[in-house]
Amino acid sequence: MVGAARHVLSAKRGRVMVQKDVRRLTLILLFAPFAMWIALLIVVPHIGMVALSLREKVAPRVYEYGLGNYIDFINEPIYWNTLLRTGTMSLLVTALALLIGFPIAYYIAKIAGNRTRGALFLLCLIPLWVSDLIRAFGWILLLRETGVISTFLQWTGLISGPIEFLYNDVTVIIGLVYTVILFMIVPLVSTLDGMDDSLVEAGYNLGGSGFTVLRRIIVPYAMPGIVSGCIVVFMLTAGSYLTPILLGGKNSSWFTEQIYDQFITRFNWESGAAFGFLLLAFTSTVIWLGLKLSGQTLANTVAKS
Amino acid sequence: MARSAPAPFVWGYRAYVLAFFLFLAAPLVAAGTFAFNDSLFPALPWQGFTLDWFFNDTEPKLGMFHDRRLLRGLYYSFVIAIFVSTLSVFVGTTNAFLFVRGQFPFKNTLYIVMVIPLVIPGVILGISILVIASNMANYFDRGLGIDLDFLRPGIFLVVLGQFSFITTITSLVITARLKKFDATMEEAALNLGATRLRVLRTITLPFLRPAMIAAGIVAFLVSFENFNTTLFLVGSEAPLTITMYDRMAKVGSTPVLNAVSFFLMVGSGLLALVSIAVQRDKTVR
Repeated sequence: MVGAARHVLSAKRGRVMVQKDVRRLTLILLFAPFAMWIALLIVVPHIGMVALSLREKVAPRVYEYGLGNYIDFINEPIYWNTLLRTGTMSLLVTALALLIGFPIAYYIAKIAGNRTRGALFLLCLIPLWVSDLIRAFGWILLLRETGVISTFLQWTGLISGPIEFLYNDVTVIIGLVYTVILFMIVPLVSTLDGMDDSLVEAGYNLGGSGFTVLRRIIVPYAMPGIVSGCIVVFMLTAGSYLTPILLGGKNSSWFTEQIYDQFITRFNWESGAAFGFLLLAFTSTVIWLGLKLSGQTLANTVAKS
Repeated sequence: MARSAPAPFVWGYRAYVLAFFLFLAAPLVAAGTFAFNDSLFPALPWQGFTLDWFFNDTEPKLGMFHDRRLLRGLYYSFVIAIFVSTLSVFVGTTNAFLFVRGQFPFKNTLYIVMVIPLVIPGVILGISILVIASNMANYFDRGLGIDLDFLRPGIFLVVLGQFSFITTITSLVITARLKKFDATMEEAALNLGATRLRVLRTITLPFLRPAMIAAGIVAFLVSFENFNTTLFLVGSEAPLTITMYDRMAKVGSTPVLNAVSFFLMVGSGLLALVSIAVQRDKTVR
């Protein structure tokens, strides 16, 4: 009896062991693609980039390690001015996208009737994946000297000669806001969609003004969507290349252009890598600050949209 | 809204929304419309309707379907997008199982690590992969005399570069769907004597299929329109966005670019519609 029981018990234990092994093997098999992706395509390349940025060419094929590339960056005002300019303009674009986009998202999620809501949201989702290149191209056709708007204004007699609307900062900002605003609106609509209308009603019933309700109820509720939209929009703007160059022309002084210049035109990869790391450090710091200040995490903002 | 706002405010609000959608449409309409203008320049005045910029086979109005370079760009874009979407849906699916079903240390931290590629500027992903691949290629070349051509800029690197951040998108889409899965369905099948593999094949994966298709379409679209990451990794096989940019920089704007824009907008619009329609499927809730 006892022997049989022991036998059954050990067989059971064996099966549990096998199951445990299978589970562990499955976990390893699932973990492998993730680990390879992150390690080989994200972590190692970024370490490589930083390592390269710390290397300096002192003679052909002779290199020295040091902070030379970063010191060059500090000593050359054009470089850090460009980074500063890219940063401030990106923040401005993010703020504008939020200010312009929030009322649109609120209208789609809360005010439009059921049928209009779906249609309007679809109108936002479909052009989401149209290339920056086509968007910028469209703006060029509208805004350049021989473009649609200039021709139209001459035809109406409002202006006597052609006007060039391209190649100035206002156009670059409008173009950038245009390129990224849907990435602001879509997460905002998803967040606001989940808000119960009775929350807003309760706010009004308790005597809140429209502004108080917005500030105390709607904005706090929409915070994950706001933060998510701002992070993605800021990153896309600071890292954008086509829009500033095509709409701003030669003098757009966008930082990604400097990186391209170092890498492709001057073939100075060491300094290009340093610039790349500086851009990454800058955007990461701003995103990190935004998350800390708003009390959100990457997992409940960007991961949800 | 529950509290009825004053009429002028409501009308003002509506006018604002309308103005926004006009703003949204204007450049896209401009880019698309001039594809049909019978003129050598994409500008007013309107010279009459034509399909030459699509189908004509002689210069100076060479249509896009006879333009070898553009067609080759389209072909490379297509090949790259197919590879990227297949790979990223595969890894996205394993990631979804890993993070929804798996139990392992630092799970929450690693989940955030999975999201991070989406907030790294595309230019940086491009240069970092370029740097590491070239270093490896040089190392093998100089040290061992082996020429690893695939580590030089070209289709392979473009696929890797796009895959590196598109996988985050597919992982998030598929994870969201897997989280909604009712585990009792799997248990029921197991109790009825099905093997784990059979359960996966007949129950879990069919449940995930809409999300996998939608993720694949989004990956395809993002890959197709990508410029920033691709710019640094491209070799002689330039995909369409790069070819178009080259043409714009060298030749200036010509209506054939409008034709390509129109073609891409219609194509990506239709694909986006399909992905939305597929995801609407609400079999299990």
